[in-house]
Amino acid sequence: MPKTTVYTASIENLQILDEDGVLDESLAMEDGRPILTDEQVMYLYEQMWIGRHLDEVAFKLQRSGRMGTYPQNKGQEANAAAAGLAMKKGSDYIVPAYRENIAMHMHGLPYHYILLHWMGDERGNQIPEGALLTPLSVPIGTHMLHATGIAWAFKLRKEPDRCAITFFGDGATSEGDFHGAMNFASTLSVPVIFYCQNNQWAISVPREQQMNSPTVAQKALSYEIPAIQVDGNDVFAVYKAVRDARRHCVRNGGPYFIEGVTYRLGDHTTADDARRYRSDEEVSVWAGKDPLIRTRKYLVNREAWNDERQFELENRAKKIVHEIVAAAEGIEAPRVSDIFSHMFAELDNDLRRQRDTMRTSSIGQDPSQIGLRSQPQNA
Amino acid sequence: MANLTLVQAINLALAQEMERDDRVVLLGEDVGVNGGVFRVTEGLAQRFGEHRVQNTPLDESGIIGVSIGLAMAGMRPVPEIQFDGFLGPAYDQIVNHAARFRNRTRGAITIPLTIRVPVGGGIHAPELHSDSPEAIYAHSPGLKVVMPSTPRDAKGLLTSAIRDPDPVIFFEPKRVYRAYREEVPEDEYTIPIGKAKVVNEGDDITVITWGASVFQCLEAMDALPEDVSLELIDLRTIDPIDTDTIAASVEKTGRCVVVHEAPVTCGLGAEISSRIQERCFLNLEAPVQRVGGFDTIMPYYKLELDYLPDAQRIGKGIMECLAY
Repeated sequence: MPKTTVYTASIENLQILDEDGVLDESLAMEDGRPILTDEQVMYLYEQMWIGRHLDEVAFKLQRSGRMGTYPQNKGQEANAAAAGLAMKKGSDYIVPAYRENIAMHMHGLPYHYILLHWMGDERGNQIPEGALLTPLSVPIGTHMLHATGIAWAFKLRKEPDRCAITFFGDGATSEGDFHGAMNFASTLSVPVIFYCQNNQWAISVPREQQMNSPTVAQKALSYEIPAIQVDGNDVFAVYKAVRDARRHCVRNGGPYFIEGVTYRLGDHTTADDARRYRSDEEVSVWAGKDPLIRTRKYLVNREAWNDERQFELENRAKKIVHEIVAAAEGIEAPRVSDIFSHMFAELDNDLRRQRDTMRTSSIGQDPSQIGLRSQPQNA
Repeated sequence: MANLTLVQAINLALAQEMERDDRVVLLGEDVGVNGGVFRVTEGLAQRFGEHRVQNTPLDESGIIGVSIGLAMAGMRPVPEIQFDGFLGPAYDQIVNHAARFRNRTRGAITIPLTIRVPVGGGIHAPELHSDSPEAIYAHSPGLKVVMPSTPRDAKGLLTSAIRDPDPVIFFEPKRVYRAYREEVPEDEYTIPIGKAKVVNEGDDITVITWGASVFQCLEAMDALPEDVSLELIDLRTIDPIDTDTIAASVEKTGRCVVVHEAPVTCGLGAEISSRIQERCFLNLEAPVQRVGGFDTIMPYYKLELDYLPDAQRIGKGIMECLAY
């Protein structure tokens, strides 16, 4: 009996808009039109620019002591922006990690909430009514299961045009929960998109130390999840991949996997110094692949963008970001009792006592007992 | 002697044990060329080679799981879990495997393993970077739990932990990492696991604490009325608890306050106060007082200093206990 091949696998890479802003017409055109109109590309460019400016201001806020640790999104904006556009606001669910500011904003989170989170204030996670997203997720690689559960709920309730998308980094794919999420999604056949922002670094650990596989996307194949690798700095490729993935999820009911190949142009967070472990040459190569630069070039070539528009955008971004920072910094200080306010729907007696005496007692002793011995013993 | 921070003292202990014993290997996220996110392993990859200071995939369960394998096969692994809040995925490997192998194999397989974990709040860190989970691991049989508060103690205790034949969780209070320097012997030395330290001798009241809270207790002590004579004990080892040192002190003072950052309910204060009433019931002049974190989620940093026991709240607890 000869050996037979029982499984073969391959991963396709999709790039539509190259580093010079040149569009591959054969891939970009559908029914005689580019898959993104100039208006849509301009919208994405503006969102990325505002997001980038906010990112730079956030960095300065941390450096000047006005905010805590902050993880910059810089260089990765096309992933969150184009994916955010491809998902249906108000019906789809966004389950982010922490480099998807733009997608969170596009789906209903006011930007100053994100600053509040990194300013050490839980109110930044108080998702507004109607916005379908989970808060920034600090533990790595655990939240993809939540997205799978959300998608399962869509399926159980037979809500046909709904889909969840979850974002995570290359490092997160090493956690066991990542594999659990894919296995659940695949075996339950639920509409969830796994979007890996492969930014090449998990703090100081490069992708090739993180995994020995040449792509992240191929991991999905072992769970029989269709997968594609895209240029994550290309708004056309990201948009097309997520739009098609969403169609697949909604029509076929199963999950989809997208690896966006991108790069963390900044440090891991403001607490990190990437110069310790990666070369300037590598960073400058990737700086040349910046999604903002190529998107602008594309628009200029289309004569949809010029210096006046750029000047107007930069001024508008400054004003918007100024207002975001003012909103985050202008919020009243949290009440100290808020430590207790959201522990349960209803506080138990212990927690109520701790809350009510937190300013007057040390907590350990029942206040009614304090000073007991010093009271008259035989009264 | 060298004048070292806590970070530097731990780094020195690691370097000396790696020098002394080829079986000692470090592993964890970013411990290699980057020297760890707190720079505790700074320079060690360069000095001993990346094969002995191994950057790992981002997988806490994996880090502890392979460390158990290394230990079984005769190595002395010292894995780092980057932050207290990320111990979660490793819990299964720590509690269900590392802690149990000696017992379940009737001593045939043992796990000499030292898990280093930065711990505690007070540094304006993001969420899940400020927790104090020591009681969870003290409650789990088969583990030793150590939490030094000073550079000198850290070096001696870490050396003991690495040489220990059983699994040790070595919590490093990150609030103290660079808070101050202390003269630390450059030669190797050990401090025994399971021995508390009397930081200040006194007669009126005993205060028991560990980790960063030692410094808040010292601050509280300085603010007390001059006629109060306070005995301050730094537990240093959480498990096994040095009940003898505690009992000797409380037999003398008759009053005791236990202070910790972790939530008060089922915190170590409960265990310690129980041991005190078992050993010193007739010496007690007042109920043992606990000053701990509230029974809430550790708040984000805007409110963290309202959550953590500070000198003022500790001082209140001391005065309440004295007034009883």
